[in-house]
Amino acid sequence: MNTSVANTTRLLWAGLRALLVLSVVTGVLYPLLVTGIAQAAFGDKANGSEIKDHTGKVVGSELIGQTYNLPPKNPDDPEEAPRPDLRWFQPRPSNGLGTNGVNTQYALILSGATNRSGDNEELIQWVKDAKAAVVKDNSTADYRVKPEDVPADAVTSSGSGLDPHISPAYADIQVHRVAEKNGLDAAQVRKLVDDNTDGRLLGFMGEPTVNVLKLNIALRELVAKG
Amino acid sequence: MSPVLSGAVQLSALAAALALVIRPLGDYMATMYSSNRHLRVERWIYKAIGANPDTEMRWPAYLRGVLAFSLASLLFLYGLQRFQGSLPGSLGFSSIDPDQAFNTAASFVANTNWQSYYGEQAMGHVVQTGGLAVQNFVSAAVGMAVAVALVRGFARTRTGELGNFWSDLVRGVVRILVPIAVVAAVVLVATGAIQNFSGIHEVGQFSGGTQEWNGGAVASQEVIKELGTNGGGYFNANSAHPFENPNAFSNLLEVFLILVIPFSLTRTFGRMVGSVKQGYAILATMAVIWLGFTALMMWTEFHGGGPAFEAAGGAMEGKEDRFGIGGSAIFSVATTLTSTGAVNSFHSSNTAFGGGINLLGMQLGEIAPGGVGSGLYGMLIMAVIAVFLAGLMVGRTPEYLGKKIGTREIKFAACYILVTPALVLGFTAASMALPTPPDSMTNTGAHGFSEVLYAFTSGANNNGSAFAGLNADTQWFNTTVGLAMLLGRFLPMVFVLALAGSLAEQKPVPETAGTLRTEKPMFTGLLVGSILIITGLTYFPALALGPLAEGLA
Repeated sequence: MNTSVANTTRLLWAGLRALLVLSVVTGVLYPLLVTGIAQAAFGDKANGSEIKDHTGKVVGSELIGQTYNLPPKNPDDPEEAPRPDLRWFQPRPSNGLGTNGVNTQYALILSGATNRSGDNEELIQWVKDAKAAVVKDNSTADYRVKPEDVPADAVTSSGSGLDPHISPAYADIQVHRVAEKNGLDAAQVRKLVDDNTDGRLLGFMGEPTVNVLKLNIALRELVAKG
Repeated sequence: MSPVLSGAVQLSALAAALALVIRPLGDYMATMYSSNRHLRVERWIYKAIGANPDTEMRWPAYLRGVLAFSLASLLFLYGLQRFQGSLPGSLGFSSIDPDQAFNTAASFVANTNWQSYYGEQAMGHVVQTGGLAVQNFVSAAVGMAVAVALVRGFARTRTGELGNFWSDLVRGVVRILVPIAVVAAVVLVATGAIQNFSGIHEVGQFSGGTQEWNGGAVASQEVIKELGTNGGGYFNANSAHPFENPNAFSNLLEVFLILVIPFSLTRTFGRMVGSVKQGYAILATMAVIWLGFTALMMWTEFHGGGPAFEAAGGAMEGKEDRFGIGGSAIFSVATTLTSTGAVNSFHSSNTAFGGGINLLGMQLGEIAPGGVGSGLYGMLIMAVIAVFLAGLMVGRTPEYLGKKIGTREIKFAACYILVTPALVLGFTAASMALPTPPDSMTNTGAHGFSEVLYAFTSGANNNGSAFAGLNADTQWFNTTVGLAMLLGRFLPMVFVLALAGSLAEQKPVPETAGTLRTEKPMFTGLLVGSILIITGLTYFPALALGPLAEGLA
């Protein structure tokens, strides 16, 4: 019995030493090596692909979606529903984003999805409400959005809640509204959308997308030029 | 190009890339696991461990090595989380509660990476990079070691010796996982994944104000999470988060990393048992199931059934625009047919049948191609069962690779395939019968049941993905899923190593005209059929209550 206890202890000790040595290799040397190469070769990307507007101010990351809302009417009311600022192109809904509840010294964005199933009543209602809002917001005096023109991504939340993109179809139906609100020509705005549309990588990977932040930066520049 | 065609082309490109790599990588691994030369760095490591890498181990000694290393890992990782609040480099994050720390330690040691915590608000640099990412490497290397021990059991005769656990563990890390991970991590950063130690990062926003993100060693953790079929995300949104998976190319790269070692190990197996054709028969079985499942998943997701998706005009809920439905379907099948469990779209918001395909993929036992190592040994166990069934039909003692499959061998194989279903169905039934666990469900009815079934299927099969509507951070789920992960990982390993020991002791049986030709397409057909029938019989009643009821409603 004593020898088997001693053997077990010796074996566990060997296991712990193996773990510590391999931790040095894979938990210290490996991430440091990768960080070194990454920072030297692709510093901007390794630090989050920050993006500046035409005045040179950092306005976010090209990879992280933002909201483009009006300032709240009552800043002290956390329950107030956000109102989209219709001068700017609007992103996808993000009903699955969470708020930081654990280490509350930070105001972290918690990425996440709604995790609602296709037959979930709440999700069905969100989709219907979002569709009605998209139709209403984007219809102008001389342009009517038809419900069947609204693409699926305009009324559903993404997996991360931080999707930086919208589909070209969703950008298209926003063109008339954005032009009207900014006093621009629809053709000018449509050109901006076309310039900011990325096709599939190598022609076949993924889906065509429009980066909302880049598009809004270009739009703000155009508006500033008047 | 239509989205459907783009999905098909992406799948073909992925298959082609894998086909190019399987042979050289498989051969490299076969040579490496058979070599008796040690690199200098490996000699240092053996000295630090105090182990002689040249000692041959019989199966009980090999198993003791696996268990001792894993137990040490479990205790260490638990301690690291419990003391996070006092460790430097933790961004001021507090310590993790005991039940969640147990769950997370069990999860990463068992190669599962089920996460009941939110990565970005709970885990600092030390735990993420020095604890969790380390287990991503070593738990994968343990899986590969056990698979190689089973292959040696088939390849060796009149011995009982299965190799040296410490040597297999260290070589798997040093010669396979680390080199591939370094290259892939740099490529991933080039696509936009972040890699820094800058902590919490505050940047300006377009409409004024600021936003806060976590910095961190994301790319380096991301690649080993895929390559080691682990799946635990740095961020809560996992591979749907743009910092983990920035574009359509990084998406395919990550799926490639998930699949490359499990598929290549079939070639390693063929080489080590002295017949590459035997390896190809196993490879063909895996590939048929993988391609079939992916095609089905694309069909149901592009079709987009379900009231919410029909109202929206497509099943884009929980999916990212840059991947689209095709890139999401490819990823979600790869992650559930292996033990990965990383997600780039949220499975709870798949169509009912899509969620069913995710569930069924895990319930097959994750063998097509399965986790690193665990996929190969799981598939070889199914091959033993298939050979046995064929033997019953013709009334001969079954043989596989020149070894008799006798009573002893079949008992070990049968125990292997019973462990996981017993854990999944037992814990699911207990959770549904008790009063409080169902409170964790976000969705009600059939989908709510699927959330619980999915949790235990994912845990016991060491997958780690979730129908994340379930609030799993409760004492009940932290504890039971933690137990399911540990038992679902290590009990099957006991039976695999016992089987390997038993096979290695045998004399080879000469091949005769009556021997089942296990390298032929007919055997692949028999194997696919056996897998689907056994899984179907086991899980059909549970699937009928969950995804089938939802999809047909």
